[in-house]
Amino acid sequence: MKRNTNNRLFEPSLVRDSLKQSFVKLHPAILIHNPVMFTVELGTVVMLFVCIWIMVGEKSQGSLVYNMVVFLILLITLLFANFAEAIAEARGKAQADSLRKTREDTPAKKIFAVGDIYVNEVKLVPSSQLRKGDLFICEAGDIIPMDGEIVEGLATIDESAITGESAPVIRESGGDKSSVTGGTKVLSDRIKVKVTTEPGESFLDKMIALVEGASRQKTPNEIALTILLAGFTIIFVIVCVTLKPFGDFANTPITIAAFISLFVCLIPTTIGGLLSAIGIAGMDRALRANVITKSGKAVETAGDLDTLLLDKTGTITIGNRKATHFWPVKNMDEKNFIEACALASLADETPEGKSIIELSGLTTNSFSTNGAKFIEFTAETRSSGIDLPNGLKIRKGAYDSIRNIITKSGNIFPEETAVRVKQISSNGGTPLVVSQNAQVIGVIELQDIIKPGIYERFERLRKMGVKTVMVTGDNPLTAKYIAEKAGVDDFIAEAKPEDKMNYIKKEQQGGKLVAMMGDGTNDAPALAQADVGVAMNSGTQAAKEAGNMVDLDNDPTKLIEIVEIGKQLLMTRGTLTTFSIANDVAKYFAIVPALFIASIPALKALNIMHLHSPESAILSAVIFNAIIIPLLIPLALRGVAYKPIGASALLRRNLLIYGFGGILLPFLGIKMIDLLVSLWF
Amino acid sequence: MNTEIAGIVLMLVATILLAIPLGNYIAKVYQNKTTWLDFILNPIDKLFFRISGIKPEREMTWQQHLLALLTINFVWFLFSMLVLMNMGWLPLNPDSNPSMTASLAFNTSVSFISNTNIQHYSGETAVSYLGQLVLMLFQFISAGAGMAVCAVVFNAMKERTTDKLGNFYNYFVKSCTRVLLPLSVVVAIILLFAGTPMTFKGKDQFISMQGDTVNVSRGPVAAMVAIKQLGTNGGGFFGANSSHPFENPNYFTNIIENISILLIPIAMVFAMGTIIKRRKFAWIVFGVMTAGFIIFVVPSVYMEMKGNPAISRLGISQNRGNMEGKEIRFGSAASGYWGISTTVTSNGSVNAMHDSFMPLTGMFTMLGMMINSFYGGVGVGFLNFYVFMIISVFISGLMVGRTPEFLGKKIEAKEMKIATIIALLHTLLILSGTALASHLYAHNPQAYATWLNNPGYHGFSEMLYEYSSASANNGSEFAGLSANTNFWNITGGLIMLLSRFLPIIGPVAIAGILAKKKYVPESAGTLKTDTVTFGIMIFAVIMIVAALSFFPALSLGPISEHFSLN
Repeated sequence: MKRNTNNRLFEPSLVRDSLKQSFVKLHPAILIHNPVMFTVELGTVVMLFVCIWIMVGEKSQGSLVYNMVVFLILLITLLFANFAEAIAEARGKAQADSLRKTREDTPAKKIFAVGDIYVNEVKLVPSSQLRKGDLFICEAGDIIPMDGEIVEGLATIDESAITGESAPVIRESGGDKSSVTGGTKVLSDRIKVKVTTEPGESFLDKMIALVEGASRQKTPNEIALTILLAGFTIIFVIVCVTLKPFGDFANTPITIAAFISLFVCLIPTTIGGLLSAIGIAGMDRALRANVITKSGKAVETAGDLDTLLLDKTGTITIGNRKATHFWPVKNMDEKNFIEACALASLADETPEGKSIIELSGLTTNSFSTNGAKFIEFTAETRSSGIDLPNGLKIRKGAYDSIRNIITKSGNIFPEETAVRVKQISSNGGTPLVVSQNAQVIGVIELQDIIKPGIYERFERLRKMGVKTVMVTGDNPLTAKYIAEKAGVDDFIAEAKPEDKMNYIKKEQQGGKLVAMMGDGTNDAPALAQADVGVAMNSGTQAAKEAGNMVDLDNDPTKLIEIVEIGKQLLMTRGTLTTFSIANDVAKYFAIVPALFIASIPALKALNIMHLHSPESAILSAVIFNAIIIPLLIPLALRGVAYKPIGASALLRRNLLIYGFGGILLPFLGIKMIDLLVSLWF
Repeated sequence: MNTEIAGIVLMLVATILLAIPLGNYIAKVYQNKTTWLDFILNPIDKLFFRISGIKPEREMTWQQHLLALLTINFVWFLFSMLVLMNMGWLPLNPDSNPSMTASLAFNTSVSFISNTNIQHYSGETAVSYLGQLVLMLFQFISAGAGMAVCAVVFNAMKERTTDKLGNFYNYFVKSCTRVLLPLSVVVAIILLFAGTPMTFKGKDQFISMQGDTVNVSRGPVAAMVAIKQLGTNGGGFFGANSSHPFENPNYFTNIIENISILLIPIAMVFAMGTIIKRRKFAWIVFGVMTAGFIIFVVPSVYMEMKGNPAISRLGISQNRGNMEGKEIRFGSAASGYWGISTTVTSNGSVNAMHDSFMPLTGMFTMLGMMINSFYGGVGVGFLNFYVFMIISVFISGLMVGRTPEFLGKKIEAKEMKIATIIALLHTLLILSGTALASHLYAHNPQAYATWLNNPGYHGFSEMLYEYSSASANNGSEFAGLSANTNFWNITGGLIMLLSRFLPIIGPVAIAGILAKKKYVPESAGTLKTDTVTFGIMIFAVIMIVAALSFFPALSLGPISEHFSLN
């Protein structure tokens, strides 16, 4: 993943841009979308007027310097909050730009059905002129100009520009691997491609718009949290406004600067300032994981998933079965049997066939195959093999296909082999029966190789509360064995596409959120039905349209990462909200005594931090309030680490760190700042 | 251990031991299971239902519940106004007490239908026996209504998806006849034996040893005292409330009454655990409430028993503690304990003058009302707590990385909106009421001089207390405030109305909306609400959101007063 190596949070060029944006975002029309920070802006403007008022001679509001300082700190608080959002956007944009580079205008060989000279004329046009439904041609060395579907031909394609994966992939017309992505390069052969998206509407374009924040809509949880934060803000408006008559009653004049400082410190500026940065960073993290999401909501939903549907092949097991054992029949010499197996697999180019040769320990050169005739595997015979010049006919194939051969020629299928076949199946293996001249000579055991580390990943998911379901075409016996060995919670054996659909619907009726990953066109309905449908980038256009995420790496285990990204997003919001509210305790104890101490000296007992003077106390609280925002930007961008330790333990941990820590830290912070500030005030 | 403290511990332990079985019994009542009182009361219930044309088995949606609640409350309000403004010439008035003015009748009517029982009058001289009986009726029905809406919320919290939440009238009648009535009978009989009067005769007379003729007010006291405590009403028969020897004759009746104050609010929590089949969750809720209660009780009792440092400095011994405004027969500890009990539960009956508590005890009584959900009023206390739970669930749900779920239902923007409004309503009402009064007083102290007995910090506390009491539907007062004026009657009345009905409408709406949502089964990733960690979370949310918002106001009142004393 070449593109993603850059994980520095504060790239200098981004910082410069973001700083500029911080000022642009001061515009009230932009800031009003964030009610918490908007009220801070109002307070800042009021402080500006207070400063002017003092300059023209007002005496009751304290010194000009002090008021100026309060004004500047409030302004800086706003800028910090804007900077957090700007840097998140800039990072997203940088990420998006590097993707966009892949879709710069490339020349396209468009096919004109009615050309200038002849029918189906090919002309070079810029890719921006391609429209949905147009056809174009790509040959070796060409960059594919647009997302599309191969209608004719087969090609090897280098997708590293998008996925970072250097191994070329094969794409061909028909089937589930017919989709090509703009910006990738054709390495060999020639394909005819039909454009499937309008310019500017491809997934990548949508994602770019999302991370840039332009079309970012607030997600449901974000809306609910904004309501809560607005509620807190209103409570503190009430607290501060009513303090004026209370102060009048107690003959305690309170300066405007003190009111505004108290207000700004109490309202949840920390989370308010970082909220949109957290949201953008969440999608940015998804993008860094090479997952394109259609909406921010999909990422959030991923954190809530209850059930994951995973295809066995490629996700749980390494794509291909491997031969693990040779089982000759009783009266067959093992060495001869192995040799026969190897002979039968010589021409077998499938991974299974290769693995048989590998297991036999023989090399292809050790046989003379002059005059031998290879029998290819066909869907009808479901067996393959070799006819040697000496008349030996060796076949290997599925149990029932070989049994057919045997019984047709009047021989008896040995009981011993039938037992062996069953035993292998129930151990999760696939038996290949080998016959020689219509006599069974033994069985080759093929086993699925479960991916290393997958058991631990499922364990991790289980602890997150996510149930895993394996979908496989295997028979129930094999499926059960692999399911147990890999540690999935449930499986669908002999699965047909509609089985996935039904399973998803069943789970959803029980109130669960289901995710699945798919690539084929026949997966599309299920992808659409699932709450989170992740389509492989290599999959068909239909699958990509149906899902709400596209995985550029075509990595089926990506779902696990997506779940964690979703959870991180919510956790970061929750913990920073807790932190922000917990901070209020210390701020009350800094500001409230400072407000009244001049006229009610007895209240100095409340000054438990022993802050130097009312002015220094207020300034320290406001300064702390401001600098905590940039200090937390890295956390907001990276997200709070998710630990799959169960919800209760997680709550305990986060409550301890962000709740209890949120109460303690400002006491220390404000005291330390006060020691500095007291040098001047 | 000091006997006074032992008395308090005994009261708390006895309350909890009684509340657990009572909770199970209340759960049975609301689940329409048979109880041992059915054989007498079923025919009576049926009669009520037949007369009023109610079909108790017809289930209602949350909107219909609220409509029923508001309609009957409005009818009761009109009826109460009618009686109170005309009782001077109506029967059952042996002492010829006058009718009330419109503003006082408004305040009193609102105060009784809202379960507040603020009394800007003295019962013995301002209300006829008919008036007292009507007010007593309201003590039943306002408590019963609060319990009924709480039963609706319990019903909505069950694990299922529905919009049918039982019948309001059924819950309401059963609350009165199966819970409040039998308990009141028991408590009233105990009080009768201890010497509380129960008669319709007018004032009694005796000639004192000095030869003066003394008129002694009496009336149907025992019945009213029982329901005023059990229903967290607090409106006493006499002006002096439960410090009056007829309302609360001795230490034993004081124990009985103090247990009655806390009994049903605690039992409702256990009833919830049984009804929604989450007993452990009920214990967590109970634990949070009790932790808050004890945090208020311990320093208050300590302050009261220690006495006033200003008096100590004069060289006067205070070995019985701060006894100003207290009854010798109860002592400082039991009075302090009662003070907290009556304020955390929105009861508001008093056995000592709260105005004369030590400043910080006064602050804790105010905090009890400002939070209003450490037990809280019958039924409605749990509803207030419910709102804080929704907010806590939301924040902690996010903290574990999932869309917040409460008892299997997802909490989304709409519920948060309602919960947020209700959570800030209480702060708004208390602070803006006090702000208005402070503003008027501060800008024209002469015109409003009659309001406050005490200037300065204590005067501020008196105003803050009055609005806290009105907003918490508590009804007790810092007696230094002269509150029977149009200003206090009307602003107080409005605050009582808003703070009674909005905090009922909000939680019922949230619960109703949640009940209709799809039930999501729990998984390992779901936030567990029945853990101590979550309990701590709720406690922190309550303390930081509700209590700390009053910190600036409290520091100008009781906190300043406290530090000025030392």
